[in-house]
Amino acid sequence: MASDTLTHEPNTDHNTDNGDWQGGKEPFKASYGKLMIWYFLLSDAFTFAGFLIAYGTLRFSVATWPVPDFVFSTFPGGFHHKPLLFVTLMTFVLLASSYTMVRAVQEGKQENKNGVVKWLLLTIIGGLGFLSCQAWEWTNLLTKENMTIFNNPFGTHTENGVYLMGDGHDIKEGDSFTAGQTYLIPYHDGEYKPLQYKVTDGPDKDAVKEQIMGPKAFGGLFFFITGFHGFHVSIGIFLLVLVCVNAASGLYVKRRNGYEMIEKIGLYWHFVDLVWVFVFLFFYLL
Amino acid sequence: MANISIHEDDILINEQGFNDHFHEHHHGDKYKTNFLSHYVFSTDHKMISKQFLITGMFWAVVGAAFSVIFRLQLGFPEESLAWIKPLLGKWIVVDPSTGIGKLAPEFYYALVTMHGTVIVFFVLTAGLSGTFSNLLIPLQVGARDMASPFMNMLSYWFFFTAGVIMFYSLFISTGPFAGGWVAYPPLSALPQASSGSGTGMTLWLISLICFVISVVLGGINYITTVLNLRTKGMTMWRMPLSVWSFFITAIVGLLTFPVLASGFFMLIADRSLGTSFFLSDIFIAGQALDRVGGSPILYQHLFWFLGHPEVYIIILPAMGIVSEVMSVHVRKPIFGYRAMVYSLMTIAFMSCIVWAHHMFVSGINPFLSNFFSFFTILIAVPSSVKVFNWLTTLYGGNIRLNTPMLFTLGFVTLFISGGLTGVFMGNHVLDIQMHDTYFIVAHFHLVMGVAAFFGMFAGVYHWFPKMYSRFMNETLGKIHFWGTLICAYAIFWPQHYLGLAGVPRRYYSFDSFEAFKHFADMNKFITIFAIIAFFLQLLFLINFFYSIWHGKKMTNKNPWKSNTLEWTTPIEPTHGNWPGNLPVVHRWAYDYNKDDREYVMQHIPLKDGEVGDH
Repeated sequence: MASDTLTHEPNTDHNTDNGDWQGGKEPFKASYGKLMIWYFLLSDAFTFAGFLIAYGTLRFSVATWPVPDFVFSTFPGGFHHKPLLFVTLMTFVLLASSYTMVRAVQEGKQENKNGVVKWLLLTIIGGLGFLSCQAWEWTNLLTKENMTIFNNPFGTHTENGVYLMGDGHDIKEGDSFTAGQTYLIPYHDGEYKPLQYKVTDGPDKDAVKEQIMGPKAFGGLFFFITGFHGFHVSIGIFLLVLVCVNAASGLYVKRRNGYEMIEKIGLYWHFVDLVWVFVFLFFYLL
Repeated sequence: MANISIHEDDILINEQGFNDHFHEHHHGDKYKTNFLSHYVFSTDHKMISKQFLITGMFWAVVGAAFSVIFRLQLGFPEESLAWIKPLLGKWIVVDPSTGIGKLAPEFYYALVTMHGTVIVFFVLTAGLSGTFSNLLIPLQVGARDMASPFMNMLSYWFFFTAGVIMFYSLFISTGPFAGGWVAYPPLSALPQASSGSGTGMTLWLISLICFVISVVLGGINYITTVLNLRTKGMTMWRMPLSVWSFFITAIVGLLTFPVLASGFFMLIADRSLGTSFFLSDIFIAGQALDRVGGSPILYQHLFWFLGHPEVYIIILPAMGIVSEVMSVHVRKPIFGYRAMVYSLMTIAFMSCIVWAHHMFVSGINPFLSNFFSFFTILIAVPSSVKVFNWLTTLYGGNIRLNTPMLFTLGFVTLFISGGLTGVFMGNHVLDIQMHDTYFIVAHFHLVMGVAAFFGMFAGVYHWFPKMYSRFMNETLGKIHFWGTLICAYAIFWPQHYLGLAGVPRRYYSFDSFEAFKHFADMNKFITIFAIIAFFLQLLFLINFFYSIWHGKKMTNKNPWKSNTLEWTTPIEPTHGNWPGNLPVVHRWAYDYNKDDREYVMQHIPLKDGEVGDH
């Protein structure tokens, strides 16, 4: 539908200044395809905004929220107490794939087929790397730490106290804790086994209490939102494979708008990365 | 120039128009269609608009039939409904001893729920916006088709799929969803909450997610077409108000429907995965449910973030159609063209920041209510700008009182009558009294229900010749108009009084309430007019379908002597809309009665010294 050539004389209207908005041409030379992907991303941003607002609402409607430095502190290979190290790696992989995407678009602009394919492949690898990391993180949370979409064993103390019995991970009898510390309720034989503790100060001093499960919304929101983002990444990888095959086959060489498709998928890819920055901010940093 | 012949017109476009090489490319000969690609999987915006319209009509009949059935229950609670048992089956419970058939209460709720869902989404969103955005945007901006005809086709078929799923849910044994069209949790979140909350609700959600996809695909296309595919000379400020309204509507839809989708995805998770996003402190048969920490109010926020703009998604296209049709049939330029556009923009923006006025009694912070009240009442300002501009356009005009014009006038009266009551309940102090009463029902039916239908009817009667190259019957049209107008007021005017007396909406029966018993006659009166209104719409359908094949043939390309570009296309529609060059636009769309010329079409060049803009 593009219209690029005007064959008649310029008309004699008083206000014709051949500006972008005079009709018969694309304002700012943005093709309709690029506009459409931008508008799609705008609407998708509102979907994610809906989720993140839900996150905020639910988080601030409960008294405590698990501390991310405690929850996300495992690293593959049996390492513990490495707060946010693994998610930093994941984020780095994803952001690096944004860089390779930029290079692919750049090679496309220079109509260098091999360059496009090379950088697209690297982007695909980055995307797959991110998804693999997410798969490991989910598996670890689900099977090792037993947080599910409807149960959250990551609770947070609201008082200072001392444990009375300790068979939890890293928790021994007599270990003390302070308000605001997050704990993980041990899980044996298909059941959560909350530990008992004694409160050491405050109005409930000397009361014996039991760990309680953390806010359900934490698990639900975590799996739901990171899952929805992961779904976007998967779609992105599918599209990248598609355009990579097309580019390798030389399809875009023949097209009038050249490698524009790479640019459009690139916009989507950067958007997905940008969304991750927000997810990262909300779940891991705040 | 006013009497320019068809022949001269074509020459003008071909000489002055601009060649976009459309017909030199692959389209010309290769564009051979078979039945399937022409009528079913069509990518032609004109065919897609007819598909939207006729699907919308189907749903309008279904939705209206639902309302007639529940009005029968409300108006004649003592009468036997056994005679519709063949249609409704087990939803009519017949007492074996007396033979009196009653509507099952659960089904009453299913009927009101489906009436709302179907009319709001399928008829007044897809049927109105889908039909006229598709038909008019490319024709009025001078484009060959939508930016992406393929996505446009997908948009229709997602809508169609949504319809099929919703239709299917009407026939399952537990019935369709029955928790109100707003689908508040926990009724919608717990499958065991009511009979319709199980499979019925699952299908409802899937259907509406398909619908959101349809709206987003359509909206992206409408926006892009308006921005990128305007013909030469068609600046933004020369676009007809109809295109402006479709453009702004598409933007609102694009920004708000995804938020509804977020809410729906979370609702699906609550229903199927066991999360507790919207559930907290639920007791079932005395047992506390282990689903805590969620917030049903959160759902209401997510829902109404779409839900409120949705009423403007419904009314803005009607406003655009009315502005355009009115100017043509009054033979005067629309009064305050730019004010009309700015008020559309203002309404669209403000519609997105007032959603919580639907939630004044839900327990939100009363201080927050002040904010929402303030902006809600402020919307009266741009709305009044539009109303006064319409009235001023009418003033001193040479009005043709034909059917499209009558519906336009009807729209304005309904919009005023229904709009004024909006100021009442936008005020949260008054709303606490009026909330969930028939006052609300009366308000929104007049202002966005019937008014939007009138805008749609005005559009159908006005552009029917463009769609089918024939005219609809004027006499039937006038009967349709006067009958519907009288019925609309007869049905909804009394409901204001019911509401002020405190009669709650959504109740199955008022028999057991001493305070409401004396309204029995009023309820009968309303029901009788609802039935008449229903049959009047069937008259419209007969007129519509009869006229497609047997209406008076169009002999002139521009029967209404209108200025806009769609009337420069051939009588028999063609692929690519214009057989040769695209017309070049030299002026705005409202040069009526200018310098002794009755009308000057947009593609007529300016005379020496004439000013093209306004």
